[in-house]
Amino acid sequence: MMTSLHGSKREWQRRATGKQLMIWAGWLIGVAIFVYCWRLISDKTIWMFVEDAPRQAADLAERMVPPKWSYMEQLWQPVWDTLNIATLGTAMAIIIAVPIAFCAARNTTPSRVFVRPIALFIIVSSRSINSLIWALMLVTIIGPGVLAGVIAIGLRSVGFCAKLLYEAIEEIDPAQVEAITATGASGAQKLTYGIVPQILPAFAGISVFRWDINIRESTVLGLVGAGGIGLQLDASISTLAWTQVSLILLVILATVILSEWVSARIRHAII
Amino acid sequence: MLRIQHLVKQYKTGDQALKSVSLEVPKGQVLALIGPSGAGKSTLIRCVNRLVEPTSGSIELAELNLVNLRSGELRKARRRMGMIFQEYALVERLSVMENVLSGRLGYVGFFRSFFRKYPQADIDEAFRLLERVGLDHMADKRADELSGGQRQRVGICRALMQTPDLLLVDEPTASLDPKTSRQIMRLICELCEERQLAAIINIHDVLLAQMFAKRIVGLQLGEIVYDGPPDGMSAEVLTQIYGEEDWEATIQNVDDDAEGSETNIEDVQQAV
Repeated sequence: MMTSLHGSKREWQRRATGKQLMIWAGWLIGVAIFVYCWRLISDKTIWMFVEDAPRQAADLAERMVPPKWSYMEQLWQPVWDTLNIATLGTAMAIIIAVPIAFCAARNTTPSRVFVRPIALFIIVSSRSINSLIWALMLVTIIGPGVLAGVIAIGLRSVGFCAKLLYEAIEEIDPAQVEAITATGASGAQKLTYGIVPQILPAFAGISVFRWDINIRESTVLGLVGAGGIGLQLDASISTLAWTQVSLILLVILATVILSEWVSARIRHAII
Repeated sequence: MLRIQHLVKQYKTGDQALKSVSLEVPKGQVLALIGPSGAGKSTLIRCVNRLVEPTSGSIELAELNLVNLRSGELRKARRRMGMIFQEYALVERLSVMENVLSGRLGYVGFFRSFFRKYPQADIDEAFRLLERVGLDHMADKRADELSGGQRQRVGICRALMQTPDLLLVDEPTASLDPKTSRQIMRLICELCEERQLAAIINIHDVLLAQMFAKRIVGLQLGEIVYDGPPDGMSAEVLTQIYGEEDWEATIQNVDDDAEGSETNIEDVQQAV
Protein backbone atom coordinates (compact mmCIF):
# COMPACT_ATOMS: atom_id res chain seq x y z
CA MET A 1 0.00 0.00 0.00
CA MET A 2 2.72 2.39 0.94
CA THR A 3 4.63 1.92 -2.28
CA SER A 4 2.72 2.87 -5.42
CA LEU A 5 3.69 2.73 -9.04
CA HIS A 6 3.54 6.08 -10.83
CA GLY A 7 4.55 5.51 -14.43
CA SER A 8 8.05 4.13 -14.16
CA LYS A 9 8.67 5.82 -10.82
CA ARG A 10 7.96 4.08 -7.55
CA GLU A 11 6.58 6.45 -4.98
CA TRP A 12 6.71 5.84 -1.26
CA GLN A 13 4.48 7.26 1.43
CA ARG A 14 4.43 6.49 5.12
CA ARG A 15 0.74 5.55 5.02
CA ALA A 16 -1.85 4.69 2.41
CA THR A 17 -3.98 7.70 1.40
CA GLY A 18 -7.20 6.38 2.97
CA LYS A 19 -5.50 5.69 6.27
CA GLN A 20 -3.92 9.17 6.26
CA LEU A 21 -7.34 10.76 5.75
CA MET A 22 -8.77 8.73 8.62
CA ILE A 23 -6.02 10.02 10.89
CA TRP A 24 -6.74 13.63 9.92
CA ALA A 25 -10.45 13.07 10.53
CA GLY A 26 -9.64 11.63 13.95
CA TRP A 27 -7.67 14.72 14.90
CA LEU A 28 -10.50 16.97 13.67
CA ILE A 29 -13.07 15.14 15.81
CA GLY A 30 -10.75 15.31 18.83
CA VAL A 31 -10.30 19.07 18.51
CA ALA A 32 -14.04 19.59 18.03
CA ILE A 33 -14.83 17.65 21.22
CA PHE A 34 -12.24 19.66 23.13
CA VAL A 35 -13.74 23.00 22.00
CA TYR A 36 -17.26 21.81 22.84
CA CYS A 37 -16.26 20.70 26.34
CA TRP A 38 -14.47 23.98 26.94
CA ARG A 39 -17.70 25.78 26.10
CA LEU A 40 -19.71 23.54 28.42
CA ILE A 41 -17.42 24.14 31.37
CA SER A 42 -17.24 27.86 30.78
CA ASP A 43 -21.06 28.13 30.68
CA LYS A 44 -21.36 26.42 34.04
CA THR A 45 -18.74 28.49 35.77
CA ILE A 46 -19.80 31.45 37.85
CA TRP A 47 -17.25 33.92 36.53
CA MET A 48 -17.86 36.37 39.28
CA PHE A 49 -16.18 34.01 41.73
CA VAL A 50 -13.32 33.29 39.38
CA GLU A 51 -12.63 36.97 38.84
CA ASP A 52 -12.42 37.23 42.60
CA ALA A 53 -10.03 34.26 42.88
CA PRO A 54 -6.66 36.05 42.92
CA ARG A 55 -7.78 38.31 45.70
CA GLN A 56 -9.21 35.42 47.70
CA ALA A 57 -6.02 33.42 47.23
CA ALA A 58 -3.90 36.35 48.32
CA ASP A 59 -6.13 36.82 51.35
CA LEU A 60 -5.85 33.15 52.32
CA ALA A 61 -2.09 33.20 51.83
CA GLU A 62 -1.89 36.27 54.03
CA ARG A 63 -3.80 34.56 56.78
CA MET A 64 -1.51 31.53 56.49
CA VAL A 65 1.72 33.37 57.26
CA PRO A 66 3.59 33.16 59.46
CA PRO A 67 3.12 29.43 60.22
CA LYS A 68 2.36 28.85 63.86
CA TRP A 69 5.64 27.18 64.77
CA SER A 70 4.60 26.48 68.35
CA TYR A 71 1.95 24.10 67.02
CA MET A 72 4.79 21.77 66.01
CA GLU A 73 4.82 20.27 69.52
CA GLN A 74 1.45 18.70 68.82
CA LEU A 75 2.45 17.49 65.38
CA TRP A 76 5.33 15.12 66.18
CA GLN A 77 3.04 12.32 67.27
CA PRO A 78 0.76 12.52 64.18
CA VAL A 79 3.82 12.64 61.88
CA TRP A 80 5.19 9.53 63.58
CA ASP A 81 1.75 7.88 63.19
CA THR A 82 1.71 8.77 59.51
CA LEU A 83 5.13 7.19 58.95
CA ASN A 84 4.02 4.09 60.85
CA ILE A 85 0.80 3.78 58.86
CA ALA A 86 2.77 3.92 55.60
CA THR A 87 5.49 1.52 56.70
CA LEU A 88 3.29 -1.08 58.38
CA GLY A 89 0.73 -0.85 55.57
CA THR A 90 3.45 -1.46 52.99
CA ALA A 91 4.84 -4.40 54.97
CA MET A 92 1.39 -5.95 55.20
CA ALA A 93 0.81 -5.41 51.50
CA ILE A 94 4.10 -7.08 50.54
CA ILE A 95 3.42 -10.14 52.68
CA ILE A 96 0.05 -10.63 51.01
CA ALA A 97 1.18 -9.58 47.52
CA VAL A 98 4.06 -12.05 47.08
CA PRO A 99 2.00 -15.27 47.02
CA ILE A 100 -0.69 -13.57 44.93
CA ALA A 101 1.93 -12.46 42.40
CA PHE A 102 3.26 -16.00 42.03
CA CYS A 103 -0.30 -17.25 41.53
CA ALA A 104 -0.97 -14.55 38.93
CA ALA A 105 2.20 -14.90 36.83
CA ARG A 106 1.63 -17.16 33.82
CA ASN A 107 4.89 -19.02 34.30
CA THR A 108 4.54 -19.80 38.01
CA THR A 109 0.80 -20.10 38.62
CA PRO A 110 -0.36 -23.50 39.92
CA SER A 111 -3.32 -23.40 37.53
CA ARG A 112 -4.01 -21.00 34.69
CA VAL A 113 -7.68 -21.87 34.62
CA PHE A 114 -8.61 -21.69 38.30
CA VAL A 115 -5.98 -19.95 40.41
CA ARG A 116 -4.79 -17.27 38.00
CA PRO A 117 -8.19 -15.60 37.44
CA ILE A 118 -8.78 -15.48 41.20
CA ALA A 119 -5.38 -13.87 41.77
CA LEU A 120 -6.01 -11.35 38.99
CA PHE A 121 -9.42 -10.55 40.45
CA ILE A 122 -7.89 -9.85 43.87
CA ILE A 123 -5.35 -7.56 42.23
CA VAL A 124 -7.95 -5.63 40.26
CA SER A 125 -10.35 -5.22 43.16
CA SER A 126 -7.59 -3.97 45.44
CA ARG A 127 -6.39 -1.52 42.82
CA SER A 128 -9.80 -0.19 41.86
CA ILE A 129 -10.62 1.14 45.34
CA ASN A 130 -8.74 4.21 46.54
CA SER A 131 -7.15 3.99 49.99
CA LEU A 132 -9.31 6.87 51.17
CA ILE A 133 -12.40 4.82 50.38
CA TRP A 134 -10.91 1.73 52.02
CA ALA A 135 -10.25 3.93 55.06
CA LEU A 136 -13.82 5.28 55.10
CA MET A 137 -15.18 1.73 55.17
CA LEU A 138 -12.66 0.49 57.70
CA VAL A 139 -13.31 3.36 60.08
CA THR A 140 -16.95 2.29 60.21
CA ILE A 141 -15.97 -1.37 60.63
CA ILE A 142 -13.12 -1.23 63.16
CA GLY A 143 -13.48 2.31 64.39
CA PRO A 144 -11.25 5.36 63.93
CA GLY A 145 -7.53 5.23 64.56
CA VAL A 146 -4.19 4.16 63.20
CA LEU A 147 -5.15 0.51 62.68
CA ALA A 148 -7.82 1.44 60.14
CA GLY A 149 -5.21 3.49 58.30
CA VAL A 150 -2.66 0.67 58.26
CA ILE A 151 -5.18 -1.79 56.86
CA ALA A 152 -6.52 0.70 54.31
CA ILE A 153 -3.00 1.40 53.01
CA GLY A 154 -2.22 -2.31 53.03
CA LEU A 155 -5.32 -3.35 51.10
CA ARG A 156 -4.81 -0.65 48.50
CA SER A 157 -1.14 -1.57 48.03
CA VAL A 158 -1.64 -5.32 47.64
CA GLY A 159 -2.89 -4.91 44.08
CA PHE A 160 -0.15 -2.48 43.12
CA CYS A 161 2.68 -4.61 44.50
CA ALA A 162 1.25 -7.89 43.21
CA LYS A 163 0.68 -6.51 39.73
CA LEU A 164 4.17 -5.09 39.30
CA LEU A 165 5.72 -8.19 40.86
CA TYR A 166 3.85 -10.67 38.68
CA GLU A 167 4.87 -8.71 35.61
CA ALA A 168 8.48 -8.96 36.77
CA ILE A 169 8.05 -12.72 37.30
CA GLU A 170 6.69 -13.12 33.79
CA GLU A 171 9.70 -11.31 32.35
CA ILE A 172 12.39 -13.53 33.87
CA ASP A 173 14.86 -15.34 31.67
CA PRO A 174 13.45 -18.89 31.35
CA ALA A 175 16.88 -20.30 30.43
CA GLN A 176 18.14 -19.80 33.99
CA VAL A 177 15.17 -21.69 35.40
CA GLU A 178 15.65 -24.39 32.78
CA ALA A 179 19.28 -24.77 33.82
CA ILE A 180 18.32 -25.16 37.48
CA THR A 181 15.62 -27.68 36.49
CA ALA A 182 18.19 -29.68 34.56
CA THR A 183 20.29 -30.22 37.70
CA GLY A 184 17.45 -32.22 39.24
CA ALA A 185 16.32 -29.42 41.56
CA SER A 186 12.95 -29.62 43.32
CA GLY A 187 10.16 -27.10 42.80
CA ALA A 188 11.09 -25.07 45.87
CA GLN A 189 14.75 -25.05 44.83
CA LYS A 190 13.84 -23.90 41.34
CA LEU A 191 11.98 -21.02 42.97
CA THR A 192 14.81 -19.96 45.28
CA TYR A 193 17.65 -20.45 42.80
CA GLY A 194 16.08 -19.86 39.39
CA ILE A 195 13.37 -17.27 39.98
CA VAL A 196 13.98 -15.33 43.21
CA PRO A 197 17.45 -13.98 42.30
CA GLN A 198 16.02 -12.70 39.04
CA ILE A 199 13.12 -10.79 40.59
CA LEU A 200 14.88 -9.54 43.73
CA PRO A 201 15.84 -6.13 42.29
CA ALA A 202 12.32 -5.58 40.98
CA PHE A 203 10.89 -6.68 44.33
CA ALA A 204 13.04 -4.24 46.27
CA GLY A 205 12.28 -1.43 43.82
CA ILE A 206 8.53 -2.03 43.98
CA SER A 207 8.47 -2.17 47.80
CA VAL A 208 10.38 1.06 48.26
CA PHE A 209 8.39 2.81 45.53
CA ARG A 210 5.12 1.78 47.14
CA TRP A 211 6.33 2.87 50.59
CA ASP A 212 7.12 6.25 49.10
CA ILE A 213 3.60 6.52 47.59
CA ASN A 214 2.05 5.35 50.86
CA ILE A 215 3.71 8.13 52.86
CA ARG A 216 1.89 10.59 50.64
CA GLU A 217 -1.39 8.68 50.80
CA SER A 218 -1.31 8.28 54.57
CA THR A 219 -1.11 12.05 55.09
CA VAL A 220 -4.72 12.40 53.95
CA LEU A 221 -6.19 9.34 55.68
CA GLY A 222 -6.80 11.38 58.83
CA LEU A 223 -9.44 13.38 56.93
CA VAL A 224 -11.76 10.41 57.35
CA GLY A 225 -10.55 9.55 60.84
CA ALA A 226 -8.02 6.87 60.03
CA GLY A 227 -5.13 8.38 61.99
CA GLY A 228 -2.08 10.39 61.05
CA ILE A 229 -1.48 14.02 60.33
CA GLY A 230 -4.62 14.36 58.23
CA LEU A 231 -6.60 14.44 61.46
CA GLN A 232 -4.87 17.68 62.53
CA LEU A 233 -5.25 19.10 59.04
CA ASP A 234 -8.98 18.48 59.11
CA ALA A 235 -9.34 20.00 62.55
CA SER A 236 -7.29 23.08 61.63
CA ILE A 237 -9.25 23.74 58.45
CA SER A 238 -12.62 23.44 60.14
CA THR A 239 -11.58 25.86 62.87
CA LEU A 240 -10.12 28.23 60.24
CA ALA A 241 -6.72 28.05 61.97
CA TRP A 242 -4.84 28.88 58.78
CA THR A 243 -1.47 29.38 60.40
CA GLN A 244 -1.68 25.78 61.63
CA VAL A 245 -2.72 24.58 58.18
CA SER A 246 0.36 26.17 56.61
CA LEU A 247 2.61 24.51 59.18
CA ILE A 248 1.00 21.11 58.52
CA LEU A 249 1.46 21.55 54.77
CA LEU A 250 5.13 22.37 55.33
CA VAL A 251 5.55 19.30 57.54
CA ILE A 252 3.89 17.08 54.90
CA LEU A 253 6.17 18.56 52.24
CA ALA A 254 9.24 17.86 54.36
CA THR A 255 8.11 14.28 55.06
CA VAL A 256 7.51 13.56 51.40
CA ILE A 257 10.85 15.02 50.37
CA LEU A 258 12.55 12.91 53.03
CA SER A 259 10.78 9.74 51.89
CA GLU A 260 11.65 10.39 48.25
CA TRP A 261 15.26 10.90 49.19
CA VAL A 262 15.34 7.71 51.25
CA SER A 263 13.63 5.62 48.56
CA ALA A 264 15.93 6.98 45.84
CA ARG A 265 18.96 6.06 47.98
CA ILE A 266 17.66 2.56 48.68
CA ARG A 267 16.76 1.86 45.06
CA HIS A 268 20.14 3.12 43.94
CA ALA A 269 21.88 0.86 46.43
CA ILE A 270 19.94 -2.25 45.43
CA ILE A 271 19.74 -1.89 41.65
CA MET B 1 24.89 -46.13 27.97
CA LEU B 2 22.27 -43.95 26.33
CA ARG B 3 19.87 -45.62 23.95
CA ILE B 4 17.23 -43.61 22.11
CA GLN B 5 14.68 -45.61 20.13
CA HIS B 6 12.07 -44.30 17.72
CA LEU B 7 11.91 -40.93 19.46
CA VAL B 8 9.14 -38.71 18.13
CA LYS B 9 8.39 -35.18 19.24
CA GLN B 10 5.41 -33.36 17.90
CA TYR B 11 4.79 -29.84 19.17
CA LYS B 12 1.29 -28.59 19.90
CA THR B 13 1.51 -26.44 16.79
CA GLY B 14 1.69 -29.65 14.76
CA ASP B 15 5.35 -29.34 13.81
CA GLN B 16 7.07 -32.68 13.96
CA ALA B 17 10.49 -31.78 15.35
CA LEU B 18 11.74 -35.37 15.58
CA LYS B 19 10.59 -38.19 13.33
CA SER B 20 11.47 -41.54 14.83
CA VAL B 21 15.08 -40.87 15.80
CA SER B 22 17.14 -43.80 17.05
CA LEU B 23 20.59 -43.25 18.47
CA GLU B 24 22.93 -45.11 20.75
CA VAL B 25 25.78 -43.48 22.65
CA PRO B 26 28.27 -45.77 24.42
CA LYS B 27 30.05 -44.82 27.63
CA GLY B 28 32.78 -42.23 27.17
CA GLN B 29 31.90 -41.27 23.62
CA VAL B 30 31.78 -37.63 22.56
CA LEU B 31 29.26 -37.22 19.81
CA ALA B 32 28.66 -34.05 17.82
CA LEU B 33 25.15 -33.43 16.59
CA ILE B 34 25.15 -31.13 13.57
CA GLY B 35 22.41 -29.82 11.37
CA PRO B 36 20.73 -26.60 10.21
CA SER B 37 18.62 -24.43 12.51
CA GLY B 38 15.29 -26.08 13.15
CA ALA B 39 16.58 -29.59 12.46
CA GLY B 40 15.60 -30.68 15.96
CA LYS B 41 19.02 -30.74 17.65
CA SER B 42 17.90 -28.81 20.71
CA THR B 43 14.65 -30.74 20.93
CA LEU B 44 16.55 -34.03 20.85
CA ILE B 45 18.81 -33.30 23.79
CA ARG B 46 16.00 -31.63 25.73
CA CYS B 47 13.91 -34.77 25.29
CA VAL B 48 16.68 -36.77 26.94
CA ASN B 49 16.46 -34.89 30.25
CA ARG B 50 12.79 -34.17 29.61
CA LEU B 51 12.94 -30.40 29.62
CA VAL B 52 10.82 -31.18 26.55
CA GLU B 53 8.34 -34.04 26.88
CA PRO B 54 8.78 -36.61 24.10
CA THR B 55 5.64 -37.63 22.22
CA SER B 56 6.60 -41.28 21.80
CA GLY B 57 9.59 -43.58 21.71
CA SER B 58 11.94 -44.66 24.45
CA ILE B 59 15.07 -43.15 25.97
CA GLU B 60 17.15 -45.42 28.18
CA LEU B 61 19.97 -44.19 30.35
CA ALA B 62 21.85 -47.27 31.57
CA GLU B 63 18.76 -49.49 31.27
CA LEU B 64 16.48 -46.93 32.95
CA ASN B 65 13.69 -45.74 30.70
CA LEU B 66 13.45 -41.99 31.21
CA VAL B 67 10.22 -41.43 29.31
CA ASN B 68 7.79 -42.71 31.93
CA LEU B 69 9.51 -41.50 35.09
CA ARG B 70 7.41 -39.70 37.68
CA SER B 71 8.65 -36.36 38.96
CA GLY B 72 10.64 -37.66 41.93
CA GLU B 73 12.37 -40.35 39.88
CA LEU B 74 12.92 -37.88 37.07
CA ARG B 75 14.76 -35.53 39.44
CA LYS B 76 17.02 -38.39 40.46
CA ALA B 77 17.64 -39.30 36.81
CA ARG B 78 18.39 -35.68 35.89
CA ARG B 79 21.26 -35.64 38.38
CA ARG B 80 23.07 -38.08 36.14
CA MET B 81 22.76 -35.80 33.10
CA GLY B 82 24.68 -32.55 33.18
CA MET B 83 23.57 -29.84 30.78
CA ILE B 84 25.57 -27.00 29.25
CA PHE B 85 23.74 -24.16 27.51
CA GLN B 86 24.22 -21.84 24.59
CA GLU B 87 23.88 -18.57 26.49
CA TYR B 88 25.47 -20.19 29.56
CA ALA B 89 22.16 -19.92 31.51
CA LEU B 90 23.96 -19.03 34.73
CA VAL B 91 21.89 -17.41 37.41
CA GLU B 92 23.28 -13.97 36.71
CA ARG B 93 22.79 -12.42 40.12
CA LEU B 94 24.31 -15.29 42.08
CA SER B 95 28.03 -15.70 42.66
CA VAL B 96 30.22 -18.06 40.68
CA MET B 97 30.42 -20.39 43.66
CA GLU B 98 26.65 -20.44 44.12
CA ASN B 99 26.23 -21.24 40.45
CA VAL B 100 28.69 -24.11 40.64
CA LEU B 101 27.12 -25.45 43.84
CA SER B 102 23.69 -25.30 42.22
CA GLY B 103 24.82 -28.40 40.34
CA ARG B 104 24.28 -30.22 43.66
CA LEU B 105 20.65 -29.11 44.05
CA GLY B 106 19.43 -32.58 43.15
CA TYR B 107 21.44 -34.02 46.04
CA VAL B 108 20.98 -31.59 48.93
CA GLY B 109 17.75 -30.78 50.72
CA PHE B 110 15.83 -27.55 50.38
CA PHE B 111 16.97 -25.90 53.61
CA ARG B 112 20.62 -26.73 53.08
CA SER B 113 20.44 -25.20 49.62
CA PHE B 114 18.40 -22.21 50.81
CA PHE B 115 20.89 -21.31 53.54
CA ARG B 116 23.85 -22.27 51.31
CA LYS B 117 25.02 -24.87 53.83
CA TYR B 118 26.45 -27.34 51.34
CA PRO B 119 28.45 -30.33 52.59
CA GLN B 120 32.18 -29.61 52.78
CA ALA B 121 32.82 -32.35 50.22
CA ASP B 122 30.71 -30.45 47.67
CA ILE B 123 32.56 -27.22 48.39
CA ASP B 124 35.91 -28.97 48.00
CA GLU B 125 34.77 -30.46 44.71
CA ALA B 126 33.53 -27.05 43.53
CA PHE B 127 36.93 -25.49 44.23
CA ARG B 128 38.67 -28.40 42.54
CA LEU B 129 36.55 -27.94 39.41
CA LEU B 130 36.97 -24.17 39.38
CA GLU B 131 40.71 -24.68 39.69
CA ARG B 132 40.61 -27.20 36.83
CA VAL B 133 38.99 -24.62 34.52
CA GLY B 134 41.21 -21.82 35.86
CA LEU B 135 38.58 -19.79 37.68
CA ASP B 136 39.22 -20.54 41.37
CA HIS B 137 40.14 -16.89 41.98
CA MET B 138 36.72 -15.85 40.65
CA ALA B 139 34.64 -17.91 43.11
CA ASP B 140 33.12 -14.91 44.87
CA LYS B 141 32.52 -12.77 41.78
CA ARG B 142 28.97 -12.37 40.57
CA ALA B 143 28.24 -14.40 37.44
CA ASP B 144 27.32 -11.33 35.40
CA GLU B 145 30.78 -9.85 35.94
CA LEU B 146 32.41 -12.63 33.92
CA SER B 147 33.26 -12.73 30.23
CA GLY B 148 31.53 -15.16 27.88
CA GLY B 149 34.26 -17.77 27.97
CA GLN B 150 34.52 -17.57 31.74
CA ARG B 151 30.78 -17.94 32.12
CA GLN B 152 30.75 -21.03 29.97
CA ARG B 153 33.50 -22.52 32.16
CA VAL B 154 31.30 -21.92 35.18
CA GLY B 155 28.46 -23.61 33.27
CA ILE B 156 30.72 -26.60 32.68
CA CYS B 157 31.63 -26.76 36.38
CA ARG B 158 27.95 -26.66 37.31
CA ALA B 159 27.20 -29.57 35.01
CA LEU B 160 30.15 -31.59 36.33
CA MET B 161 29.18 -30.94 39.96
CA GLN B 162 26.27 -33.29 39.33
CA THR B 163 28.81 -36.12 38.83
CA PRO B 164 26.92 -37.03 35.68
CA ASP B 165 27.32 -40.04 33.39
CA LEU B 166 26.23 -38.02 30.41
CA LEU B 167 26.67 -34.44 29.27
CA LEU B 168 24.03 -32.75 27.15
CA VAL B 169 25.65 -29.76 25.51
CA ASP B 170 23.52 -27.28 23.58
CA GLU B 171 25.48 -25.01 21.22
CA PRO B 172 28.26 -24.33 23.74
CA THR B 173 30.18 -22.02 21.43
CA ALA B 174 27.43 -20.13 19.62
CA SER B 175 27.97 -16.97 21.67
CA LEU B 176 31.77 -17.15 21.78
CA ASP B 177 34.60 -15.91 19.58
CA PRO B 178 36.58 -18.48 17.52
CA LYS B 179 39.47 -18.79 19.92
CA THR B 180 37.33 -19.12 23.03
CA SER B 181 35.10 -21.56 21.14
CA ARG B 182 38.02 -23.86 20.60
CA GLN B 183 39.19 -23.58 24.17
CA ILE B 184 35.74 -24.41 25.45
CA MET B 185 35.32 -27.36 23.09
CA ARG B 186 38.76 -28.65 24.04
CA LEU B 187 37.95 -28.30 27.73
CA ILE B 188 34.66 -30.18 27.37
CA CYS B 189 36.34 -32.99 25.45
CA GLU B 190 39.25 -33.26 27.89
CA LEU B 191 36.91 -33.40 30.87
CA CYS B 192 34.80 -36.07 29.17
CA GLU B 193 37.94 -38.09 28.59
CA GLU B 194 39.16 -37.66 32.19
CA ARG B 195 35.84 -38.72 33.65
CA GLN B 196 34.80 -41.20 30.97
CA LEU B 197 31.65 -39.22 30.25
CA ALA B 198 29.46 -39.65 27.24
CA ALA B 199 28.44 -36.38 25.63
CA ILE B 200 26.05 -35.17 22.98
CA ILE B 201 27.22 -31.80 21.71
CA ASN B 202 24.87 -29.77 19.55
CA ILE B 203 26.94 -27.58 17.35
CA HIS B 204 26.39 -25.79 14.08
CA ASP B 205 30.05 -25.17 13.39
CA VAL B 206 31.02 -28.14 11.21
CA LEU B 207 34.75 -27.44 11.51
CA LEU B 208 34.66 -27.49 15.31
CA ALA B 209 32.60 -30.66 15.26
CA GLN B 210 35.09 -32.42 13.01
CA MET B 211 37.97 -31.20 15.07
CA PHE B 212 36.83 -32.41 18.47
CA ALA B 213 34.27 -35.19 18.13
CA LYS B 214 34.96 -38.86 17.46
CA ARG B 215 31.56 -39.34 15.92
CA ILE B 216 29.28 -37.02 14.02
CA VAL B 217 25.55 -37.33 13.63
CA GLY B 218 23.82 -35.15 11.06
CA LEU B 219 20.20 -34.22 11.71
CA GLN B 220 17.96 -32.80 9.05
CA LEU B 221 14.26 -32.02 9.53
CA GLY B 222 14.05 -34.36 12.49
CA GLU B 223 15.77 -37.31 10.85
CA ILE B 224 19.28 -38.67 11.12
CA VAL B 225 20.89 -38.43 7.68
CA TYR B 226 24.50 -39.06 8.65
CA ASP B 227 26.13 -41.07 11.41
CA GLY B 228 29.82 -41.71 11.12
CA PRO B 229 33.38 -40.55 11.72
CA PRO B 230 34.44 -36.93 11.17
CA ASP B 231 36.52 -37.72 8.09
CA GLY B 232 33.47 -39.17 6.36
CA MET B 233 32.04 -35.68 5.98
CA SER B 234 32.11 -35.26 2.23
CA ALA B 235 30.52 -32.56 0.14
CA GLU B 236 27.63 -34.93 -0.58
CA VAL B 237 27.01 -35.53 3.10
CA LEU B 238 27.07 -31.83 3.89
CA THR B 239 24.71 -31.15 1.01
CA GLN B 240 22.40 -33.80 2.36
CA ILE B 241 22.39 -32.21 5.81
CA TYR B 242 22.40 -28.52 4.99
CA GLY B 243 21.45 -28.26 1.33
CA GLU B 244 23.27 -27.21 -1.82
CA GLU B 245 26.37 -25.05 -1.23
CA ASP B 246 30.05 -24.97 -2.12
CA TRP B 247 31.50 -27.13 0.65
CA GLU B 248 35.13 -27.27 -0.50
CA ALA B 249 36.39 -24.82 2.12
CA THR B 250 34.61 -26.60 4.96
CA ILE B 251 36.00 -30.06 4.35
CA GLN B 252 39.23 -30.27 6.27
CA ASN B 253 41.85 -32.81 6.90
CA VAL B 254 40.92 -33.58 10.46
CA ASP B 255 44.31 -34.91 11.51
CA ASP B 256 45.95 -31.53 11.01
CA ASP B 257 43.49 -29.80 13.25
CA ALA B 258 43.13 -32.31 16.02
CA GLU B 259 46.32 -31.11 17.69
CA GLY B 260 44.42 -28.03 18.66
CA SER B 261 47.01 -25.28 18.74
CA GLU B 262 46.51 -21.55 18.35
CA THR B 263 47.42 -21.71 14.68
CA ASN B 264 44.05 -23.29 14.07
CA ILE B 265 42.43 -19.91 14.11
CA GLU B 266 44.35 -18.87 11.06
CA ASP B 267 43.24 -22.04 9.32
CA VAL B 268 39.68 -21.17 10.03
CA GLN B 269 40.11 -17.63 8.86
CA GLN B 270 41.66 -18.84 5.65
CA ALA B 271 38.98 -21.42 5.22
CA VAL B 272 36.21 -18.92 5.79
